[in-house]
Amino acid sequence: MESAIIRGVRASVSSRTRLRWVAPALLPVINLVLALLLSAAVVRLIGESPARALWLLASGAFGSAEAVGYTLYYATNFVFTGLAVAVAFHGGLFNIGAEGQAYLGGLGVGLLCLGAGGWPTALVVLAAAVLAAAGGAAWAFVPAWLQARRGSHVVITTIMFNFIASALMTHLLVNVLIKPGQQSPETREFDPSTWLPQLHDVARSLGWEIGRSPLNLSLVVALAAGAVVWIYLWHTRWGYELRALGYNETAAVYGGIRPATTVIVAMSISGALAGLMSLNEVMGVQHRLLLNFPGGAGYVGIAVALMGRNHPLGIVLAAILLGALYQGGSELSFDMPTLTRDMVVVIQGLIILVCGALEHALRRPLEAFVR
Amino acid sequence: MSETWLLVALLAAATARGAAPLALAALGGLFAERSGIVDIGLEGKMLASAFMAAATAATTGSAWAGLGAGVAASVLVSLVHGFACITHAGNQVVSGMALNITLSGLTAMLGSAWFHEGGQTPLLGPGARFAPIELPGAVTLAGVPAVGTVYREVVSGHNLLVYVAAAAVPMVAWIVYRTRFGLRLRAVGENPDAVDTAGISVSATRYRALAMSGVLCGVSGAYLSIAHHASFIRDMSAGKGYLALAALIFGQWRPWPTLGACLLFAFADVIQARLQGTPLPLVGVVPVQLIQAIPYILTVCLLAGFVGRAVAPRAIGVPYLKER
Repeated sequence: MESAIIRGVRASVSSRTRLRWVAPALLPVINLVLALLLSAAVVRLIGESPARALWLLASGAFGSAEAVGYTLYYATNFVFTGLAVAVAFHGGLFNIGAEGQAYLGGLGVGLLCLGAGGWPTALVVLAAAVLAAAGGAAWAFVPAWLQARRGSHVVITTIMFNFIASALMTHLLVNVLIKPGQQSPETREFDPSTWLPQLHDVARSLGWEIGRSPLNLSLVVALAAGAVVWIYLWHTRWGYELRALGYNETAAVYGGIRPATTVIVAMSISGALAGLMSLNEVMGVQHRLLLNFPGGAGYVGIAVALMGRNHPLGIVLAAILLGALYQGGSELSFDMPTLTRDMVVVIQGLIILVCGALEHALRRPLEAFVR
Repeated sequence: MSETWLLVALLAAATARGAAPLALAALGGLFAERSGIVDIGLEGKMLASAFMAAATAATTGSAWAGLGAGVAASVLVSLVHGFACITHAGNQVVSGMALNITLSGLTAMLGSAWFHEGGQTPLLGPGARFAPIELPGAVTLAGVPAVGTVYREVVSGHNLLVYVAAAAVPMVAWIVYRTRFGLRLRAVGENPDAVDTAGISVSATRYRALAMSGVLCGVSGAYLSIAHHASFIRDMSAGKGYLALAALIFGQWRPWPTLGACLLFAFADVIQARLQGTPLPLVGVVPVQLIQAIPYILTVCLLAGFVGRAVAPRAIGVPYLKER
């Protein structure tokens, strides 16, 4: 009798431990396949061959050194915004405002670079990183404070803050920061001494030849940010408090965690990560501040965080995948003009639907199957 | 004097035209949110409908067929939202965002594949869209000072869907507050356990609410592409779905105050278009972007409890899991 119980317990424990890696490892793959199948149906509907489209997509993203460079350049943006969304998720908060936070981070970087011509590179990069993070954090702080102290739902306020950011930046670019005598609303080009070094230049100085691409040093910053987020979430008291709050607010409060402070700190870190995205886009590639430079990366971050299961490692992998979709998608639209870049947006939306909203729909049958 | 009247009348008419799609979508959202389902997907539903309405009207030449197709597309999107959030207890905000993003891409992609105009649909002829309607007596009364002008410019001369929007407000108020379905809808959004105990299906009620949301967002989307404009343009809802959501919150999830918020937001938009570059007394030239941001800032202030207090339906955002 007793041994039967023990055997039962042991069986359930071993199936748990098996599940522990099966679910995180298999689910994203199954989700991705499902999202791609749905997209293939759309491609079919338009009258193109899904297999050929997938092949063109993959070779466009990884077919040459340049292509890989572009893929990683897009991925850099998505690592930042994915980490931003994930940090908030761990506390049970949904930060839809990464787009606006990245935009405001860009304002910090832009103002610095406009004035910092001739400074030593290391100083400019450091100052820019601080200002990018500060801009993003400031824009996330207000919704965070309102959530923590006034109970306003962070989802709605961050959406509103995206629109307010867009209006503010349009105003600044059209009326204040615009280069005089120019029609399009963007600043003058920054002094070349403030540009982030391109990775192919860095590699050449080390004796390697890699393909030319917009890939720049912000990739390193992105990976470092991933490591910092990992330490923050799983190896600091603040990260523990945040995760405890996300699991069970009542228990967290009982354990002496102050929800208001935790929420404000986490959202500010989330905003700072989103703001850092502008290092890549403004300082590394465009070398000027221009209208709507985040270009939807804040929303891609939602897909990346969900797909990467809110873990930095998963986020880096998911960001590379989404980066490949963006790069491959633009190559694909050259060869198959009916498949515009909008297809990538469709796939991204379907990934969020399948990985996020329908996660339970797949997990239960999978767990039943594995058991 | 009549000049001023005419200006006021024109501003009022433009406000009504701007408020119509907001009110329709916001009332749709009211059904969903009052039943306890967060409806961030208003934007996606409007886009789906705007595209299908324009595509169908362009191919068939019939505005009514367009409206039907638009509403059907929007209801379908709404039911997908229900499938994720009700049947599979998924995160409602995530599902709404997913649908918004998917439809933003899908409409542009199908548009360029089917019509080869870079995501746009062909310009619609007169029969394929809802034209302005001259109400009886508008011309005869035009000579009467004030009343004639107001009647002719503000009340008469809109397309059919503006009147549908106006009629939708009392209709929705009646359904929500005076019918059996309305009572169940509100109960399911406040205390689903009690409704379940009474033997009424929480899921079925919420699915019905989402279908209603689909219908109203469908009319709203069709308004954009086959009544107000004469074709679908990529991302033509341009944040109106989120603005409608803001209006719904600003109206505290009640039909008449929501209409008020829609009129306020539409008026801000009309003023912003009129004020471009015109200096105001005391403050000088106000940047138009600032006026555009007013609805969003107001909503944040309301949510923060600085202007009144927004109290959401109690069970909103929480998936209902029936005990087994």
